[in-house]
This record gives sequence, C-alpha cells and structure tokens, in this order.
Amino acid sequence: MNYILGNTGKWEYVIGLEIHAQVTSKSKLFSGASTEFGASPNSQVDLLDAGMPGMLPVLNRYCVEQAIKSGLSVNARINKMSVFDRKNYFYADLPQGYQISQFYIPIAQDGYVFINTDDGVEKKIRINRIHLEQDAGKSMHDQSPNFSLIDLNRSGIALMEIVSEPDISSPLEAAEYIKKLRSILRCVGSCDGNMDQGSLRCDANVSVRKPGEALGTRCEIKNVNSVKNVVKAIEYEALRQVEMLENGGKIDQETRLFDADTGTTRTMRSKEDANDYRYFPDPDLLPVHVDDELITKLGEDLPELPDAKISRYVSDLGLSQYDAEVIVADAYTAAYFEEASKGVSPKLVANWISSELFGRLNKNDIELAECKITPVMINQLVMLIEEGTISGKIAKTIFEEMFESGKLPDEIIKEKNLSQIDDKSLLEKVIDEVIAANPDSVEQYRSGKDKLFGFFVGQVMKNTGGKANPGLVNDLLKEKL
Amino acid sequence: MSSLVKLSIETALRAIRNKEFKATELVEAHIAQAQNTKHLNAYITEIFDVALEKAKIADENYQSGKARKLEGIPVGIKDLFCTNGVRTTAGSKMLANFVPGYESTVSANLQNAGAIMIGKTNMDEFAMGSSNTTSYFGNVINPWKEVGSNDDLVPGGSSGGSAAAVSSFSAMGALGSDTGGSIRQPASFTGLFGVKPTYGRCSRWGMIAFASSLDQAGVFTRNVADSALLLEAVMGFDEKDSTSAKKEAPELLSACSKSIKGIKIGIPYELMKMEGISQEIMSMWQNSISMLKSQGAEIVEIELPHSKYALAVYYVIAPAEASSNLARYDGVRYGHRTEKTGLSLDEMYAQTRTEGFGEEVKRRIMLGTYVLSSSHMDAYYLQAQKVRKLIADDFKVAFQKAQAILLPSTPSSAFRIGEKQENPLTMYLNDIFTIPSSLAGLPCSSVPAALTNNGLPLGMQIITPAFDEYNLLRVSSALERCVLDINFKPRGF
Repeated sequence: MNYILGNTGKWEYVIGLEIHAQVTSKSKLFSGASTEFGASPNSQVDLLDAGMPGMLPVLNRYCVEQAIKSGLSVNARINKMSVFDRKNYFYADLPQGYQISQFYIPIAQDGYVFINTDDGVEKKIRINRIHLEQDAGKSMHDQSPNFSLIDLNRSGIALMEIVSEPDISSPLEAAEYIKKLRSILRCVGSCDGNMDQGSLRCDANVSVRKPGEALGTRCEIKNVNSVKNVVKAIEYEALRQVEMLENGGKIDQETRLFDADTGTTRTMRSKEDANDYRYFPDPDLLPVHVDDELITKLGEDLPELPDAKISRYVSDLGLSQYDAEVIVADAYTAAYFEEASKGVSPKLVANWISSELFGRLNKNDIELAECKITPVMINQLVMLIEEGTISGKIAKTIFEEMFESGKLPDEIIKEKNLSQIDDKSLLEKVIDEVIAANPDSVEQYRSGKDKLFGFFVGQVMKNTGGKANPGLVNDLLKEKL
Repeated sequence: MSSLVKLSIETALRAIRNKEFKATELVEAHIAQAQNTKHLNAYITEIFDVALEKAKIADENYQSGKARKLEGIPVGIKDLFCTNGVRTTAGSKMLANFVPGYESTVSANLQNAGAIMIGKTNMDEFAMGSSNTTSYFGNVINPWKEVGSNDDLVPGGSSGGSAAAVSSFSAMGALGSDTGGSIRQPASFTGLFGVKPTYGRCSRWGMIAFASSLDQAGVFTRNVADSALLLEAVMGFDEKDSTSAKKEAPELLSACSKSIKGIKIGIPYELMKMEGISQEIMSMWQNSISMLKSQGAEIVEIELPHSKYALAVYYVIAPAEASSNLARYDGVRYGHRTEKTGLSLDEMYAQTRTEGFGEEVKRRIMLGTYVLSSSHMDAYYLQAQKVRKLIADDFKVAFQKAQAILLPSTPSSAFRIGEKQENPLTMYLNDIFTIPSSLAGLPCSSVPAALTNNGLPLGMQIITPAFDEYNLLRVSSALERCVLDINFKPRGF
C-alpha cells in the first residue's frame, strides 16, 4: 500500500482510469474515410465526418470485432446486444453536435486485468466497461490571430473507452495498469498504443481518503498523454487534495487539466458548468447484435495474451520475471524475441534484448521497429557466443557495429577479424611472452598472491586484442604458472 | 393551360412512346404552368433550364430506344432532399444558400428512372408544421378555394409545396416526406393521392433529418397508379442508411387494378367518438366504409386503444430527435452564420441559431432539449418510447383481424392562412389521425374521398401492415374507383 503522508497522518489514493484507445482500423467508425496518422488537415473527411445535412452513419463491423477482441482479452462479458447513443454537446470540432457513443448498453462489461503493486504483489483491477465511440476533430487556436481552425481528420475515428473501477491505489499502480492494458491491446492488435500520437489517451479520476473512511470527492484529470505524466498528474492532484482537506477546505467535483510543463493541474470546468449530454439511443443506427458464434470465433483466434506469455517465458524458457515482462509489454518485441531465440538459448537472447538492445534504444531514443538490428542478427550473435566463436566482450563490439551498420555478425567478424583465438599453440606463445615480461608478478603469484591471476588473463587478452578464448586462456595459464 | 399538364403519368408515358408529343413539350408545358401559378409559391428553387436540357436527353433516349421507366416525367422534389449542385434549403434561412455536393438516394432513384426535376418545392421549415406557414421562403397557397370565398387557404404541411405543385398541375408528381402526417395531410387538403411507405422502405440518405425514427419519403400524384410508378422507382434497400429495410421493393402497379373482394378492412369505431371531428369528416368515413363494402370488402371492428396518446408521444419523440439532429446547424462549416463579430464560440452559436431558425423550429428544439434533459428524460422521453411501443402493438393486434385500416386523414379540411397560428397545440391537432401509423412505422396513404359543403377536398387514410404497400395501393385504388364521379381538380384549373 502506498500512502500520502499528510500533517494529519496517512491518506489513501483512490484512482480510476478512463483510457481512450484508438481502434486500429483503416477506416472510421461510421464512415469510409481513412484514419492514417499525420495527413494534411481536413484531407480525410467523409461527408458524415463533417456533419453535412442528411448524412447517416454506417457501422464499421471491423471496429466492433476489435472491441470484442479487446473485451475478451480483459476477461469482460460481451453484450450480445449493445446500443449506440448520442451524447449531445456543442463544440466547434464536433460537427454533428453530438458524439455517437455507447452510454446505456456498452459492447463489453465487467472485465479485469492483473497488475503488480508497488510491493510486487499481484492485484486485480476491475474494468467496468468497454464502449465504442467516435473521436472528435481537433481545434487549433494558435494558427491564426482571428480564428480557431478545425481539422476534422480525427473526427469519427473509432475509440474504445475502457473504464476501470476505482481499484487503483497508487500512481505507480496506475502506470502499471496502463502498461498492462497497452500490452494486451497491442497483443490482440486492436490498438497500437502510441501515446505520443494520441492513439492511447488517459483521463484519471482521483480522490483521497483516510484509511477505512468513505470515498472522497473525485476530480477528473483530462488527457494526460504519457505514462510518466499520469504518475505526475496523480501525485500532484492527490497532494493538492490532501493539502486542501487538511487546511479545512473541501474538494469540488470538477474536471481539471494537467499542465505537463509545470506538472500541475488546474480547473477546466466545475460540476455546475458540466454539460447535460442528453444521452438517447441514436435513431440512425440499429442495436448491435453479436452472436455466440462470432464471440467464440474471435475468442479462439486471440493470440497468446501477455500474462500467459510471461508465465510461459518464465517457467518454460527460464527467463527472469523482469525480462519476460519487458519483452511481453509489447507484441512487437515479443514476436522479435521469439524469432531471435529460434534454436538458441532464449534466456541469453532475452538478456541481450532487455539489457543491451533496450539500453541502446533508450540512449538513441528510437523504437525497436526503427532499429537496424533484426532478430536474425541477435540470433546469429547468440549462436556465435554459444559455439564459442566469440567472447562476450567481442559480442558487445559486434553488437555496437550491428547497431550502427545493420550488418550481420559473421560479416562483421570477417571484416574486423574478430573471431576468437582457439589455437592452443598460438595462445601458449602469447602466455609465454606475458610470463617472460612480468617476472616480478610471476614471483608474487607463485608465493601465494592468487589474486594476480586476473592480471595475467588481462594481459593475454590485451595482447590478443580481446580475441583469446577466455576458458582456454584460464586453463593454459594455470598450467604454465 | 396546356392540356398536356392534365394527363396522368401513365397516359403521358404512353403518349410520348407513341410519338404523340415529345418529352420536351411535356416539360415545357409544366414550366409554363409553374410560371402561371407562381403566386402559389410552390417552389423555392426553380431549375427550368436544367429541366429543359434533361428533356432533350429524354427525347434522345426515346429516339434511341433507351427510354427509362419514367423518362421525361416532370416532377417536383421537396426541398428536404439534398440535390447535387441545386440549392437545398429545408425551408430555412439556416440553409438559404446551401448547395449540396451530393444527391439523396431517393431523388437520385427518381431521376435515374428518367423523371425530370423542375424545381425544389416549398415546405415548412425543417418539415415542422402542418400548414406550410413556417417556411423562410413564405407561405404556400392552396390552389383550392372555398365556394364563394377568395380567401387563401393553406395547402397543409409540411410538404405543402409538393402538394400545391401537383394539384395545380405544374408537376405530374412530387417527392414529399412524412414524419407525422406531412404527406397525408397536405394530400387531403389538396385533393391528391399521397402515400408514405413503410419506415425503412425509402432510404433516408441525403434527406435532411427532422425526426430520424419517423422520417420517411413518399410521393404525391393525382391518382393511385401514378404513385405506384413513382414508388417502384424510389423504394429500395440502401446500404448507406442503416435503418433501410433489406427487402426487395414490390411491384405495385398491378395492385391498382386488383379487386378487394374478401379483404378485411378494420375500422377503429371508438375513434369516431372523438371530439372535434366535423360532421363532414364523419359522413365521408361512413360513406367510404359502405363503398368499400360494396366492392366486396369485409368490414371488421378493430381497437387502437393507445392512439389517444399518440399526439403526446409524438410531440416528445419528434422534438427530442430534432433537437439533436439540428445541432449540426451551428454556423461553423456551412449554412448561415451571424455577421456579428467579436463573439465567443458559445455566443456565435446562440446568435447564429437565433437568426437562422424560425419560431416553430426553435420551439421544437427547446421542447426536445427539455424532454431529453437528465432530470426529465424518464418522465418524458422514456415514457413516450414505452407508449410508442404500445401503440405499435395495438396495430399488430388489429392486423390479426384486418388487412387494412380505414380512418380519415385529417380532422378538418384546409383552413385559412393565418388560422390556428395563435396556439401551436391547435395546429398540432391536425395530425391526430396521421400520427399513430407514423409512430408504428406503417405504410399509409391518403385518398381523396369527398368534398365538403364548401367544396374543399377531404382524404381518407388507409394503413396496412409493415411492408404491405401492395395491399395499401390495392385498397386505395378501390376507394379511388368509388369516387370517380367527384371532381378533385381545384376550380379554375
């Protein structure tokens, strides 16, 4: 349990998250317009997306299937009948004057995922519902001195809103929950999870309470767009609430905006200003019926889910829990790992991926998909290590070269003449030279200074440019000394 | 007035095929008639030049043997249907300069069958009204006058322009739309046959929405067989409308000559006791019953016990949907936008919508917003939905006994322009007979069946089970045959 320590004692966090996950689909939820990211403004807008008179929505079945897959993957119940409702409000980037969403009967309900708490204990976070809805367009207020400009490319893109119960009890749990959900969605392919492109967005409902007391008044923090910022926003907001309460104030239920630059939250609108959305079933759309057959089929076609994969990697492949979680966090990485570990030690491959490769990616701030190192390269590298062709040290040199040039390990070895020296006579010759050159050290070693053994190994390695087979060097040195 | 404008669609098609005259002559005659009847204000936008161009193509098609089913027939299209490149206003200042870049499915279907649009017909603003007095483009005047009076009468609404155009012979048929009676009531007021097919038969794609769960396109003609021809062209499944019925549209023309011997006609006798029905309406109803009986129909009593709530239900559901459907007219992307500057976004919305919408539209938006608000949703909207279901169930029970239901279209004949304006409720009562079948989504028609003592037309309404347009036209035709001796042309035409 993670507490906030106030002047009056401990306070608990109570956090619920609403995640908006953009459905991976070529076209929008109710129109045929493209959803591709980064197109020029208003170039991907169907008549419907612009709210033209007389236009009607036609449901994209593919998006429904993605939502069902997502629901199944978080153990939710799929509603055989769900309904699209209109959420009515006026805003310049909402062309219809309403958002088509699912308010009364969502596509999926009552799911859960497991996360690890701050103490490393497994904890169940319940998911209240997943519903499908249209995204709004984008207002741009800084493009013209006199006007706000509207880009409708995003208008009508399918979102899954995934609403958790207030089961999350710390900022880190919130981060874990988002990461877990993201890995699941990426695994089933229903959302690419890119928070920086806005395809995964998060609103956090935060309240605080004294242990054992009733729930406090919550504030909703809107559109926090990275896992790091979710942690920051919750930390700030909870502290703000504690200070307010401890100073005799009270929390107003309101919607707040997180400012990433200052790390603070500020009032966006109070409850009194909240819209009455006048939800009612959209008469332009029929209820969505899904039959058991489709649910069963989509369930059967689900890929191995992250939790199952992690436990398989740990128990069958011998990976550490940490390595398994890092690799499984992203479906792309998991596939990368599976390909790289074909015919070689998965544990060794996992080490290379989670420490060397990820370290390098972080340093250069690039994604795995953008990296020149392919799974085949990692596979070959590990194979060469296992065969004893190269030492761990050489392997690191090769790794750096692969990262820069994208060349295969054996190519690099050939070019740089890096393969291990296994030639006994050649190594003996080097060892003899080292012994001859260091008579004092030899004397000391022989009189009991065992620690000097490392010095001799180092000298041999130095004289062979690090290419000497370390095992063989050990054996030969012991013999000769 | 050219005699060509008096022809039925069926006769005109045959005559052009027999080279008695050209499509161009037919279209020219109707354009001339539209010009002669301009004072009726039936059209918001006339497109005579385009119509004449199309007439030439029609004649070429006849020449080359490629003539389509309705080749060369001049029609009016209610200004609620978006027409590609032709201004579409919905009778509102809000859309006074709106030119769509797309064509509604229904108007496309009609024109793809060869019909030629000569103009966009006037209507109550956003189809909200029963007198065509809420149009931003002015009243439509009914071509009918009371005997001994020169007072202008309303043509009914909301499809008043379509009704006036067809009854004054400037179009051979017209597209209308019916949400709570907007085809049947004006048909009744102008002596026309008007028909609204089953909800889902005609695509709503490209038709400007008033109340999505009720809106349905339909047609006006001067006889039943002509409507059969038009309906065959416009009905049909459209994948662009999710509420469109995935059913093959039936052949209808043969229904118009089929006997109704043995058909069971249901009469909701308890509705006859309703207050406010004029004696003339009552006697038309009773005469129609006897006439259908004489044609071999069997008369049975049915009950529609929840119909008395229909008006209340309608004035919750229709405004609720309208309040949401009309939210898109916000001045941001198209349509009217206030010229005032220096306003916040919310102020710009308020100003634009205050300027752009008329009183009746504002009234219904307010009403709809109120009944959907979180504190009143249960009491109004949800309750209304429950009663709507009961009303629909009444019809299902009734149709176990009867194949068609017969009742009047309207509680009165056409009234004077300016009448019933004081209290909106009086105006809403016009739709008392038409609304129940609208709420149930059923196919229904209005057949001219009598003239009042003052010489104004009155219509009888026929309702059949969902997707049974065939029997709808069959019974309508039978009634039409019974009243052939009545002249349903307005005096002076």
